[in-house]
Amino acid sequence: MSDPLLSIRGLVTQFDTPDGTVRAVDGVSYDVHPGETVGVVGESGSGKSVTVMTVLGLVPQPPGRVESGEILLEGRDLLELPIEELRKIRGKDVAMIFQDPMTSLNPVLTVGLQIAEAVQTHDPSMSDDQAREKVVELLELVGVPNASDRYDQYPHEYSGGMRQRGMIAMAMANRPKVLIADEPTTALDVTIQAQVLEVLKTAQEETNAGTILITHDLGVIAEMADRVVVMYAGRVVETGTVEEIFHTPRHPYTLGLLSSLPRPDVDLDRLEPIRGQPPSMISLPSGCAFHPRCKLGEGRERCRTETPPLYDLGGGVSSACHFHDEMTDEVARVEEVTGATFDAEDDAT
Amino acid sequence: MLSYALRRLLITIPVVLLSTFLVFGAVTASGDPLQDLRQQPNITQERIDNVRETRGLDDPFPVQYWRWLEQVPTNGFGEYMISPRQILPDLQRVIGNTLQLVIAAEVFAFITAVALGVASAKRQYSIFDYTTTTISFVGFAMPTFWFALLLQVTVVQIFELTGVRILPLANLSSANPGTGLAWLWDRALHLVLPVITLSIVSIAAYSRYMRASMLEVINSDYVRTARAKGLSEGVITRRHAMRNALIPTITVAALSFGGLLSGAIVVEVVFGLDGMGQYFLNQLQRRDPYPIVAWLSVVAVVVMVFNLVADLLYGYLDPRIRYD
Amino acid sequence: MTDQSRPTDPALGPQSPSNGADEAIDGYSDGTAVKARSQWQMFRTKFFRHKLAMSSLLYLIIVTVAAFNAATIAPYAYDEINVAMASTGPTFEEWHLFGTDQLGRDYFSRVIYGTRTSLQVAAVVAVVSTVLGVVVGSIAGFYRGWADALLMRVTDIVIIFPLLAVLLVAAALFGQGRPIRIGIIAALFLWPSLARIVRGVFLSMREKEFVQAARACGARDLRIIVRHMLPNTVGPIVVNMSLVLGLAIILEATLAFLGLGVNPPTPALGRLIDEGRSAMQTQWWLVVMPGLALVSIVLAINFVGDGLRDALDPTQQES
Repeated sequence: MSDPLLSIRGLVTQFDTPDGTVRAVDGVSYDVHPGETVGVVGESGSGKSVTVMTVLGLVPQPPGRVESGEILLEGRDLLELPIEELRKIRGKDVAMIFQDPMTSLNPVLTVGLQIAEAVQTHDPSMSDDQAREKVVELLELVGVPNASDRYDQYPHEYSGGMRQRGMIAMAMANRPKVLIADEPTTALDVTIQAQVLEVLKTAQEETNAGTILITHDLGVIAEMADRVVVMYAGRVVETGTVEEIFHTPRHPYTLGLLSSLPRPDVDLDRLEPIRGQPPSMISLPSGCAFHPRCKLGEGRERCRTETPPLYDLGGGVSSACHFHDEMTDEVARVEEVTGATFDAEDDAT
Repeated sequence: MLSYALRRLLITIPVVLLSTFLVFGAVTASGDPLQDLRQQPNITQERIDNVRETRGLDDPFPVQYWRWLEQVPTNGFGEYMISPRQILPDLQRVIGNTLQLVIAAEVFAFITAVALGVASAKRQYSIFDYTTTTISFVGFAMPTFWFALLLQVTVVQIFELTGVRILPLANLSSANPGTGLAWLWDRALHLVLPVITLSIVSIAAYSRYMRASMLEVINSDYVRTARAKGLSEGVITRRHAMRNALIPTITVAALSFGGLLSGAIVVEVVFGLDGMGQYFLNQLQRRDPYPIVAWLSVVAVVVMVFNLVADLLYGYLDPRIRYD
Repeated sequence: MTDQSRPTDPALGPQSPSNGADEAIDGYSDGTAVKARSQWQMFRTKFFRHKLAMSSLLYLIIVTVAAFNAATIAPYAYDEINVAMASTGPTFEEWHLFGTDQLGRDYFSRVIYGTRTSLQVAAVVAVVSTVLGVVVGSIAGFYRGWADALLMRVTDIVIIFPLLAVLLVAAALFGQGRPIRIGIIAALFLWPSLARIVRGVFLSMREKEFVQAARACGARDLRIIVRHMLPNTVGPIVVNMSLVLGLAIILEATLAFLGLGVNPPTPALGRLIDEGRSAMQTQWWLVVMPGLALVSIVLAINFVGDGLRDALDPTQQES
């Protein structure tokens, strides 16, 4: 495989809170290659957003603090860059689409102006007229009708889906190498979600950007991702291609995610939800953070005392479970309970 | 937009009528408007009875109020009880003077407060932030008149120590203010202490608003978006944060205009300025209802105009607001 | 534009937003591992942790106890004349801590007595305006109708006329006099802000499920108001009360300064400052000392109010 475009290595990001230090991101590593889409899945609070915020230096400091790790963009460590250098990368080489299009656009400036700002910041030679022309093109590309009229409208005159299209236009304005989409469809109506994902796909194909797509929606992952990173309590617990994740999960948490939601692609007679609650980040369980909720590790001493490393299983597949080699049996057990067949021959999509 | 403005002004009219009616009654009931006249030695009882008769002071107060109302448009807000002079010219003079004071104080307070608010929000929890917050708390806890007295004492002490008269202590002008620029300079010097006094509470209040709304904006999603675009902190502050944070502060500032006039009453007394506050207190002491209700009506209109300007400014700054 | 856009008092203004940590760990903040704390416990821990508010409260308690036991605490009677010590600056000699005036009256004692008067006025203002504000505000918020209309008109008046001018007319009419009278007059013009806050909370709660549920159970209106809705307004009421207390002390002093306050010879802080004014260039302490006393009291009240607001605001994380 080619050299990675963006490489996150052993990243640790902490927050100081009155109740103690929280390790929101605890030794996370993953790579993004040009043109591919990496889906990052996990419950809210699993550190998936904080990881990408750290990439762009958008974690408020204080209370946030990057303890250790590297974020290499084409070999340059972004964490070592002075703020002026990092600013040249933000919105240019690495662009970001945020979760809530309602609050992510400035309500008192026109949408067009806000996109033009992204263009002109990184190309000061561009005149206002040229910028406007380019922005109208971008808006057309992301499917905003009457783009030149829409340029002068304010965010509140846009619908949610239209705003998110605007955000995508803004992100792709400078043809970024890396596109980060943080829950881009979560705040939207279900009917709009598919459209926006379609636009995102277009944008990615247009720019050939390596994309990080953060979501807690497995449907979105199945639709969009090439490879998947599963996160739990600030750590990566499983990686693999989208087929492997869906058909042969190697971590009980991933399996739990797959069997706890109704899915269009797999016929589940019954659901088997994950037990219990997400852990408090302030007092994480000892050993494997998932052990209090894990069926596979139930009663096993090792899960309670020893934090599992991310075992490399070859071929880009890895799992942070001591007993990952027992997962075939565990999948079979869950298939029994739910009456579903995970490892079906048909495609996950 | 225009109809909205008109409607706002129209709503004020009944409020002004009702309150001036009540105040008229209160003033009539509270004392004898001819007391000053009685104390003058060369005034005969006959003359007093004559005034009572012609001014209809024995009529019930609603009748008297109506008589005043009739004179508002035709006879310059009516005439004083004790002398046959129109009220309007005096009102115009004192309003002009007070507006100079109040507008200067409002502008000074607003600019200072915005600067302080932005600076302390950008350095939240720094020593600067703590200092401005503490000072604004103290400013908020200080009676205006006491602060004015402290300023006067300080200026006099400086004079006694150094022999330099840095600022005039009272009045609006020197005995010989000159004309043109010289007059302007003289007036400006005379207004320095009153303006500082009057603006201190406003600075305390506005800067806390500005700090709070600036903090809210700084931590908002759209500022994060702006940062993710690669904008510099300066551009983010000016284009994305300040404008949004100014919206609530401007509203507060405009709505506090009435409060500023309250402060002006005190400031004018301490510094002996020939303005609306001094005038109002004098007339209140005389228990002459005509100038008092005239004063209140004019003040109400002035305050309403300021509120209206604030509304329109608000609509200009915030495109989400539509008037209909 | 509707009245929602009108600002509240600065102390009730926009809250400083939660910091990034709260956002980042959002979703875990209500996790089961964090042990549940009752609202009262949370209020207590937060308020007691607020050092400034705690020390201010302590100061206020000391000042209040001293003021209401002025006869035993003060070294002199407020009208005791001692020509031998006339016009003395602040000194430890014979305990003239705040100096004396031209008649040799001890200003420390006079300030203690004056504080008592000022606190009396402020207490009357706070109680009367709170009762009025809560009653009118809850009726207006619960039933709308005439109370709502009345509240809106009074608010209009309060907005377009300078408070001090209206207050001066009222003081001129009902006369200077005993502290309670001044207090009631001031309260008559200070209740609308609280009424509007209470009304706002009530309006938003009227359609809430727990109120609907209570109504469905056949609870009478009064019961719904007192048992279900008022407890939810305690926070704003208490905070507003602290604001009004501070404001009342300043207003009383201002009225006294303008010659329309509490009748002489009762010393009040504003009157003391006014009396010292004529001699202030040579005897600065006559103006400075009563003023400092006043400012320190108002400051302490505001700090307590600030601490209360932080502690009562459930949306603010501990920090």
